Amino acid sequence: MKKSVFLGALTVAGIAAGAAAAGTLDDVKARGKLNCGVTTGVPGFAEPDANGVWQGFDVAVCRAVAAAVLSDPEAVEFVPTTGKTRFTALASGEIDMLARNTTWTFSRDVDLKFEFTGVNYYDGQGFMVPKELGVTSAKELDGATVCIQTGTTTELNLADFFRANNISYEPVPIETGAEAVQQYNAGACDVYTTDASALAAQRANFEDPSAHVILPEIVSKEPLGPLVRHGDNEWADIVRWTLNALVTAEELGVTSVNLAELGGGSDNPEVNRLLGTEGDLGAMLGLDKEWAKRAIGVAGNYGEVFEKNIGESTPIGLARGLNAQWTDGGLIYSPPFR
Amino acid sequence: MTTLADAPVSNTPKESFRLAMLLNDTRYRSLTFQFIALVAIIAFMAFVGGNLVRNLAEAGLNISYAFLGEPAGYDINQRPIEYDSQSSHGRAAVVGLLNTLIVAFLACMTATVIGVVAGVLRLSNNWLVSKVMSFYVEIFRNVPVLIWILIIFSIMINALPGPRDFRGDNPTASMSFFDTVAFTNRGVFGPAPQFTNSFGATADVPATSTGLDWLIVIAALMLSFFVARAIRAWATKTQEATGVRPATWHMLLATWVIPVGIVLTFLGLTWEIPALRGFNFQGGMQIRGSLIALWFALAIYTGAFIAENVRAGIMAVSKGQTEAAGALGLRPNLIMSLVVLPQALRVIIPPLISQYLNITKNSSLAIAVGYMDVTGTLGGITLLQTGRAIETILLLMLFYLTISLLISAVMNVFNNSMKLKER
Repeated sequence: MKKSVFLGALTVAGIAAGAAAAGTLDDVKARGKLNCGVTTGVPGFAEPDANGVWQGFDVAVCRAVAAAVLSDPEAVEFVPTTGKTRFTALASGEIDMLARNTTWTFSRDVDLKFEFTGVNYYDGQGFMVPKELGVTSAKELDGATVCIQTGTTTELNLADFFRANNISYEPVPIETGAEAVQQYNAGACDVYTTDASALAAQRANFEDPSAHVILPEIVSKEPLGPLVRHGDNEWADIVRWTLNALVTAEELGVTSVNLAELGGGSDNPEVNRLLGTEGDLGAMLGLDKEWAKRAIGVAGNYGEVFEKNIGESTPIGLARGLNAQWTDGGLIYSPPFR
Repeated sequence: MTTLADAPVSNTPKESFRLAMLLNDTRYRSLTFQFIALVAIIAFMAFVGGNLVRNLAEAGLNISYAFLGEPAGYDINQRPIEYDSQSSHGRAAVVGLLNTLIVAFLACMTATVIGVVAGVLRLSNNWLVSKVMSFYVEIFRNVPVLIWILIIFSIMINALPGPRDFRGDNPTASMSFFDTVAFTNRGVFGPAPQFTNSFGATADVPATSTGLDWLIVIAALMLSFFVARAIRAWATKTQEATGVRPATWHMLLATWVIPVGIVLTFLGLTWEIPALRGFNFQGGMQIRGSLIALWFALAIYTGAFIAENVRAGIMAVSKGQTEAAGALGLRPNLIMSLVVLPQALRVIIPPLISQYLNITKNSSLAIAVGYMDVTGTLGGITLLQTGRAIETILLLMLFYLTISLLISAVMNVFNNSMKLKER
């Protein structure tokens, strides 16, 4: 009996590993649906709206890939994952790609055998505290109780930051962002720490967002981006270049408004290559000519997606900052479509 | 000698073994099938194991436990042993294991007390008491334990005041029990014993550990225990000789209080009262909200099952026993403690072992309230930070298996000492 438990675990692991090797593009096409791993709900990044339709910045990446591959932005099965389950879900083949505020780190890329296909948001870890505490710097947090989402890089950054500044804290590990916010609002912890973008997103949902401040210290680099399994380079290329297509579209001024017009041909050869009126970049990816046009057609270019979901006009109100185009002094930069 | 050896042993002809007997002969048939089943199981395991190894190799992964020696990099709030973020993953696993054992032990003890009380009271002749107890049993055992953990935890964090409510000139909350205990939504902060003349300290270095002091206190309590046993034995002997049991309560009280009192005075016992400093209460002893919620939820949930075991055990004792004891003039509480419960224990203990195992295994739901048990450290953060899923899960299974088998072993020894002695 003891052996059978062991056996069961091995079987699961064996089957899980077995699914990972097949060609993802063919699987997705055969299935007719893209399985995309997202968060269990972070406003602005990935959250079902009132009608149960997933919306958000990360969701837009999934929809763009689905549009490029399956010609249908709705052909996505969103799989909510926690910080804990996301990597197993991806490694086991339960999802085809993960677009879930996931930090690109060395060990995840190399040791966990994943392939990060780019960065769609340059983030950093911040701290949020109630204004009434009168804290103005993270270095004043000696002895504070800190809510953290467990199984994330924030947990390690937090330990490093407090250790480096020689101050103490009491960690309260929590499984999901929603539970963390609940405990933070009940006063069970003084500080909530996660990526600054997610802090802003969560704060937007508070009863009184102005009663909470995000401290100025950003204690880590958190390049967030979609990722796929190691070893299927064709599929990784598709996800990588779909994201690049959105970024390039913004750089070249291709928007959801002028997409149809530019799709008929333009004076700019790079726009033509991107939208498939010149050359056949799509065929190199194993897709048709208009793959990028469809991807951009879902919700517009990178800048439009940003503004619509998390930009300054939304309740989340994030400035472009590091996430501006390189031409505007930001870090968003796509290799050329050539 | 020779005649005996030459004589025919039996009249039946000596049968030679034929292959068909493996199927036809009932003596061999069961062996045949067991052998086939064994071969099938081994073949299946070899297939699955080989598949696993091959797939892992294809994915470029290997099985390695080297990560256990690397720095963990994360902090744990409840640390029974020395631990910081530079300690190894292995040490983090041990911290988690100790936290599992702490909550399992506390919950087992509390569940037993709750279960015995509720089980006995459910059989009460008082209609109200017995109905209240059946209400308790039915409510608590029919709602999943995870829900209970979450309910108790959210009641705690929402109903109890936060530490900052204790601050200011007109605080909305105040400490209980003569300003020594603070009930907050982060846990209960109470006074902690401190020793001013600690044995761990030398003339100018203050004590770093009070372990030695506690050993002395425990030694004093053991002394009291043996003396108290001797006193009781003497009382029983006197009763048997004279028929009158001498009053021993004042002797027992003195036996328990005086040695410990002397030791504690000598060690210079003082109580460190928690005080609000900075963000939290500092000093004193903290029982975290996560531990309380998990402990309490496991205890009341499993207590409901134990209550049913106890009720079954008591009902298994023939009513004639109760009546006979009553006829001898025993009062109802003596009937219960001297006649019914000792016999009921034989029925109660075996299912009780299962309940203890359930508590230990259910404690792995700890992460729901952020209690860092072994599933939270080794099977949670370590797994995610290192990505060594198979290794950590195997290790986790080994931990729970070992703990469960140890509990079973201990409880079986207890059961053997309780079961009917057949002479």
